[in-house]
Amino acid sequence: MSGAASWSFEESDARRIDVLLGSFLRESHARCALLVDRTGQLITVAGERPDFDSTAFASLAAADFSANDQLASMIGEQEFSTLFHQGEKDSMYLADVARRVILIVLFDERATLGMIRIKVRSMVRELAEIFAQLFQRVMGDGGGSRLESSWVDEAEDEIDRLFGS
Amino acid sequence: MSMINYASREINCKIVYYGPGLGGKTTNIEYVYDKVAPNTRGKLISLATETERTLFFDFLPVDLGTIRGFKTRFHLYTVPGQVYYNASRKLILKGVDGIVFVADSQQERHDANVEAMHNLYDNLAEHGHDPRRMPFVIQYNKRDLPNVLSLEALDQALNPTSVPSFEAVGTRGIGVFDTLKAVSKQVIKQLS
Ligand SMILES: Nc1nc2c(ncn2[C@@H]2O[C@H](COP(=O)(O)OP(=O)(O)O)[C@@H](O)[C@H]2O)c(=O)[nH]1
Repeated sequence: MSGAASWSFEESDARRIDVLLGSFLRESHARCALLVDRTGQLITVAGERPDFDSTAFASLAAADFSANDQLASMIGEQEFSTLFHQGEKDSMYLADVARRVILIVLFDERATLGMIRIKVRSMVRELAEIFAQLFQRVMGDGGGSRLESSWVDEAEDEIDRLFGS
Repeated sequence: MSMINYASREINCKIVYYGPGLGGKTTNIEYVYDKVAPNTRGKLISLATETERTLFFDFLPVDLGTIRGFKTRFHLYTVPGQVYYNASRKLILKGVDGIVFVADSQQERHDANVEAMHNLYDNLAEHGHDPRRMPFVIQYNKRDLPNVLSLEALDQALNPTSVPSFEAVGTRGIGVFDTLKAVSKQVIKQLS
């Protein structure tokens, strides 16, 4: 059942992606790259640690992308596969990855939009491949990995403690 | 759809507060924000119109702490109630792990409750979710008002499958945590 299906992001996935994002950051001179899934959850961060609240950031970035999907359909486009937000000093460039994940690149005047755009395009292809494999693995598992029942017991205790029993 | 991130050792679950406009969804989340320990909650984000009504969503992350090595977090979302915001409601349901339906107990809101429930079923179906088979609780809110429907009448209209339901007075916090506790436990159980 899709409602309960979870997906997992393994350390091996993280390593492959880290390598990819690392070389992208070096070549593009961007400051930081984040991967967020379409439901608004942060998957990973590479480069300079952002000093903002990354949980909130991830949720808003997913909403930004979703809102733009709606705008796209209103003007008769399938989607906008990339978005660009320009600031005075810092800017961000967002790109869709396989309709499941969003890549967000933060950069300042050390980088140029043109270079970011070119480098993102090729990286998105590679990321799409990694995530396609990842989601295929999850489907094959019948809904992703499961946690032990002792984890559930402890989580329930914690819920009682935090939300009052 | 919750994600177990083995790389960052994190588990995030998404709980969505759904229901008719002005039923008390934002009130629920604001009460949670006020009452949980400050170190367990993130920023409360509200994308609202200038008239203070929810435009896109309210969002509040709540940390359960680290459980068996996994930092576990609930993402609480509300959706806008007004009919014309259905597009944003659909987006927020993407990847949902559990639903709280906040019904307005007042007689004159009966039709709005029913309409919102139908809308929820339709939108979940579009995402391939079966509401009868996912973590789901109902909150009958505004029990403090004089013109409320009986619980029987509300159950009959809104709860044919007898999911757990809670009476609440959101503005005073009554029932808010009982509701959240019930849905979050259901969500947690789905992960094992
Ligand atoms: N009397 C009463 N008013 C409530 C209760 N819960 C919420 N309200 C009020 O109902 C209005 C709408 O609440 P809100 O949380 O914004 O609704 P939302 O549109 O579902 O997010 C506000 O004025 C609240 O103060 C309740 O339990 N009793």
